[in-house]
Amino acid sequence: MSVNAYNFKETMNKPERLAPGHRMCAGCGGTIAVRSVLRALHEGDKAVIGNATGCLEVSTFMYPYTAYEDSFIHNAFENAGATISGVETAYNVLKRKGKIEGTYKFITFGGDGGTYDIGLQSLSGAMERNHDFVYVCYDNGAYMNTGVQRSSATPMYADTTTTPVGTKSVGKMQNRKDLASIIADHDVPYVAQTTLLGNFKDIYTKSEKAIYTEGACFLNVMAPCPRGWKYPTEDIMEICRLGVETCYWPLFEVDHGKWILNYEPKKKLPIEDFLRPQGRFRHLFKKGNEELIEQFQSEVDRRWEDLLFKCSRDR
Amino acid sequence: MSIKERLSGNEAVAYAIKQINPDVMPAFPITPSTEIPQLVANYIANGQIDTEFIPVESEHSAMSAAIGASAAGARALTATSSCGMALMWELLYVAASNRLPIALALVNRALTGPININCDHSDSMGAKDAGWIQIYAENNQEVYDNFLQAFRISEHKDVMLPIMVCQDGFITSHALANIELVEDERVKAFVGEYQPENFLLNEQMPMAVGPYAVSNYYMESHRAQVEAMENAKQVILDVAAEFEKISGRKYGFFESYRLDDADYAVVIIGSAAGTTKDAVDELREEGIKAGLLKLRVFRPFPADEIAEALKGKKAVAILDRSETFSTQGGPLTSEVCAALYKRGVNVRAFSYIYGLGGRDYTVEDAKEVYYTVKKATESGEQLSEPVYIGLRSREDD
Repeated sequence: MSVNAYNFKETMNKPERLAPGHRMCAGCGGTIAVRSVLRALHEGDKAVIGNATGCLEVSTFMYPYTAYEDSFIHNAFENAGATISGVETAYNVLKRKGKIEGTYKFITFGGDGGTYDIGLQSLSGAMERNHDFVYVCYDNGAYMNTGVQRSSATPMYADTTTTPVGTKSVGKMQNRKDLASIIADHDVPYVAQTTLLGNFKDIYTKSEKAIYTEGACFLNVMAPCPRGWKYPTEDIMEICRLGVETCYWPLFEVDHGKWILNYEPKKKLPIEDFLRPQGRFRHLFKKGNEELIEQFQSEVDRRWEDLLFKCSRDR
Repeated sequence: MSIKERLSGNEAVAYAIKQINPDVMPAFPITPSTEIPQLVANYIANGQIDTEFIPVESEHSAMSAAIGASAAGARALTATSSCGMALMWELLYVAASNRLPIALALVNRALTGPININCDHSDSMGAKDAGWIQIYAENNQEVYDNFLQAFRISEHKDVMLPIMVCQDGFITSHALANIELVEDERVKAFVGEYQPENFLLNEQMPMAVGPYAVSNYYMESHRAQVEAMENAKQVILDVAAEFEKISGRKYGFFESYRLDDADYAVVIIGSAAGTTKDAVDELREEGIKAGLLKLRVFRPFPADEIAEALKGKKAVAILDRSETFSTQGGPLTSEVCAALYKRGVNVRAFSYIYGLGGRDYTVEDAKEVYYTVKKATESGEQLSEPVYIGLRSREDD
């Protein structure tokens, strides 16, 4: 597999495989993630797109219209991994029996609800069986489709509708689950964490690698949700940049077991820079809550050090 | 010439799968259906079939993967029992509404509460409203024959519905019986290749499956499923007629056993029909005109035909092997009574529950049903229904 030199203009001018006219919110990070991943499919290659129930599904395939140029399957909320397992296996059999000829790739999308939580078993099974597909989690850190309920991907202290901030509550009490590590521990060929950045080279390169690496691959894409995170819609790229520059959302790959750090900020920004623009963390900036921000910072630091260790170990 | 063999019900289903050589089988083990995926995995391991087996991590994923495979254009099937089917629940509806002709070899076992591995029909009866065709078997021969007919019914272009081929856990699944197998070549010619009209991997025409469809389309999609179920009636009979030509064995919606001139009829599903037939024979010797209606096809429900067959009987006892907790008996009772009432067939009907969680049902039990029903009909006596057969009393322990 060769990754050609990245050309921003050429990449952005590729025909859209998620057509306009769907009903996702303006500025939705999930939609940008899907379009970014699908751009990495080589021209001429066909794909079957899978999808767990969520915002993306109910807004892109409202009967009788589909926004996808490719074949698409939605089954239920908790079984996107198993569903694409069946599709990929069918492809192998039908190809072997000479019933189909073309080359197909299999890409499944799920939000953090369908991936970290209700669909984790199904995902784990599909990863362990090493079906040749890519699972893309567009992680917006809560159950956005049902109205911003906490998930195991929700960061600590976030204000959600099931962890509301109140006189006796400072938001979600638990840390987020580190799903990329969990999937990497399935010993799959390729796992990467990315988000929407600059010229989109990071997400493009990782998507291409994931799609064209044989076996089960996993992409975790931080995909901000302006409604759930409560920031001005047009600020999405800045929010993503701050996520990376504060080391809240590090960019890394686990390529055949080898941990690789893709970006190390020259000057790691304080976590406040990421938290401050988001309404879901507004309460942390009230007088007397300084300690909560310190705790948040120390958790970010702990995870960052752990990542640096893994990556230096494998260097 | 047909091949004479001695096989358990599970072996018979696995053998049918071998002869059909389907494309994809995801499955997860659960007693008493476990042998079916094991045997298929062995056929694959020895190069006897080229099916792909997906060793999924749960029954939920088994049905999910079967849906993916079937939508992709493959002939897909799975096998399960009891709680395994309960875990598939949500996806049973998805398979049916997406009009995917998946076959499910169901080995009937009681649903948990308390955990019980033995036979009753609470699993499939619980799924009776999921939109699947349901065919039941009395013995090993029938489950084999039903499985050979399954894809022909479900894949018919006027049907396109998933199909459940049910047999009684342990009673037929594990008991060896003499069986006549159809030759491989004849099976191959009879079952044929699956040629879906629309599928995900159709290079000429992509397809989208599993839409969000609310109030403006949901009702029409259900109505279309009902029409497909209606169409399935004729297809089931046509496929049975064709199957008779290669096997010499005759099938319909139900089997009538000494029913035509009977005064008292029992309606029952599954292996207990064999026990009841012995009771009928003994009662006939005693001069009681007993008869039996053994239902084979529960979905679609052959209401017209059942009402016609029971017309003019003095009484009918409907024996259910699952509870509804409605306090009015089991699901078969409800459906048979509705069929009779709607067609103006005024036959007194009695509701019985038997065999829950594998409780024995003997020839003596069956005879007792006829005696009781006859006596109550003649005297006008009311029974406390549903009547439970073979229930322990407090004094028994």
